Amino acid sequence: MLEIKNLNVHFGVIHALKNVSLTVNEGEIVTLIGANGAGKTTTLRTISGLKKPTDGFIFLDGKDITNTTPQERVKMGISQSPEGRRVFPTMTVLENLELGAYLRKDKKEIAKDLEMVYERFPRLKDRRKQAAGTLSGGEQQMLAIGRALMSRPEILLLDEPSMGLAPLLVQEIFSIIKDINEAGTTILLVEQNASMALQIANRAYVMEIGSIVLSGKGSELMQSDDIKKAYLGG
Amino acid sequence: MEQLLQQIINGISLGSIYALIALGYTMVYGIIKLINFAHSDVYMLGAFIGYFSMTTLKLGFLPSLLLSMLFSMILGVVIEKVAYKPLRNATRIAVLITAIGVSLFLEYVTMAIAGANVRSYPPLTGILTESFNLMGITITMQQILIVTITVVLMILLQFIVKKTRIGKAMRAVSLDSDAAELMGINVNSTISFTFALGSALAGAAGILVGIYYNSINPLMGTLPGIKAFVAAVFGGIGIIPGAMIGGYFIGIVEVLVSGYGNSMYRDGVVFAILILVLIIKPSGLLGKNTREKV
Ligand SMILES: Nc1ncnc2c1ncn2[C@@H]1O[C@H](COP(=O)(O)OP(=O)(O)OP(=O)(O)O)[C@@H](O)[C@H]1O
Ligand SMILES: [Mg+2]
Repeated sequence: MLEIKNLNVHFGVIHALKNVSLTVNEGEIVTLIGANGAGKTTTLRTISGLKKPTDGFIFLDGKDITNTTPQERVKMGISQSPEGRRVFPTMTVLENLELGAYLRKDKKEIAKDLEMVYERFPRLKDRRKQAAGTLSGGEQQMLAIGRALMSRPEILLLDEPSMGLAPLLVQEIFSIIKDINEAGTTILLVEQNASMALQIANRAYVMEIGSIVLSGKGSELMQSDDIKKAYLGG
Repeated sequence: MEQLLQQIINGISLGSIYALIALGYTMVYGIIKLINFAHSDVYMLGAFIGYFSMTTLKLGFLPSLLLSMLFSMILGVVIEKVAYKPLRNATRIAVLITAIGVSLFLEYVTMAIAGANVRSYPPLTGILTESFNLMGITITMQQILIVTITVVLMILLQFIVKKTRIGKAMRAVSLDSDAAELMGINVNSTISFTFALGSALAGAAGILVGIYYNSINPLMGTLPGIKAFVAAVFGGIGIIPGAMIGGYFIGIVEVLVSGYGNSMYRDGVVFAILILVLIIKPSGLLGKNTREKV
């Protein structure tokens, strides 16, 4: 479904992504793990079109989308819940969710998806009239995911959804991610919480200072000694 | 007491004009963090378009108002596209200096075309020249006209910003333009739309100031522009209701100072207020005291 080929991204003289290639097949959860500053967020931002690559290609369903705008990519089915949640703090929960469906015109279907999001995240329904900035960290994360779902994406990019959450909430978020995937949305998940991510992922890529250094089945990587040492705390 | 009320009534019409201009400053600042110095010249040109519409074209007041708003709207969008958009990734100071350049450019081009002389504005006619007494306070139809137009425009603006799709996009871009882009919002066209709205209001203010002071000239934008900017800062720059409150506040203070004190101090007091606000509550009356996002 999504394929990245030899992507290079620079910030001035910083070479942030070096010949990055990765594939996400339809129906999969693929995780991209790596240390701080490895280039995970940059990868997702480039896939969404917020950052232009120096060279390389991005394909969606076999179509070259490297030179399309972020708007076109949302329309084509790429949606992202960004690092740090980035909800619109002074707008209500409902307004945030409506903005997720900004490019859609099918009012009835939008209403259905809103119900679907509320069903998945009942707390958002209770707080729908509340300013998003007043939500707890966990609720804001749910809102960011719900908002990303409102565009009815084919592929959902999640950037560190477990960041800063209490262990119990982390469990909840990961099980929600699994549910979303089982309901038919392909997922590319960036995480620092490697053990949780590897548990739910079909496949995984490991990134170090801008390059993919390892890839394989989630369960296999969990057994790998290198991974254990570097990311799983022994 | 009556005199005080009278002054406040007088201040409200001046405040309406400041509020209309302040809205443009605040909306543009809210969305691209730019103090658009050229905004006061959009307002000045709005006054000139209104003038030519009423004199040369012999159109009535309302058609002239709409024409002036339309012209200002287009001018604002063109300024943004030509001068600011190419600098989207430049430093803020570069954009600020560009804005000052655009402002000077508009002022001197206007002087070259229309002359530097002061023109007296076509007087209102008919019922609009009348005034009446309400418990000892004189209210002129001109004041009612100014306030009515301002209030209608403000309600319209609130409706657009709060209820429409593009208004929501405006708020989203001003809160977080990257996140807005992830929603599929076209940030550039949203910025253009913001300039269009703010400039249309400035155009309306221009024609209203023409009938308020009865005279216009190519440098007329400077002082009211700065005062409207103070109004925007007073209310909390980037916050729409703040600009409205700030505009009325500055207008009323100015009239009170001229009425009770000395009109020589009128402008000084406005700047003293700015300094006080910046010391006591830098984020303005309605602003939250948060440090600026990096
Ligand atoms: N806007 C930017 N300007 C300059 N350099 C940047 C910018 N954004 C990212 N970088 C650099 O690119 C590299 C990759 O950063 P990125 O944010 O993609 O890492 P990450 O893997 O997401 O890290 P983290 O786990 O901390 O979120 C880093 O060296 C970072 O300093
Ligand atoms: Mg990151």
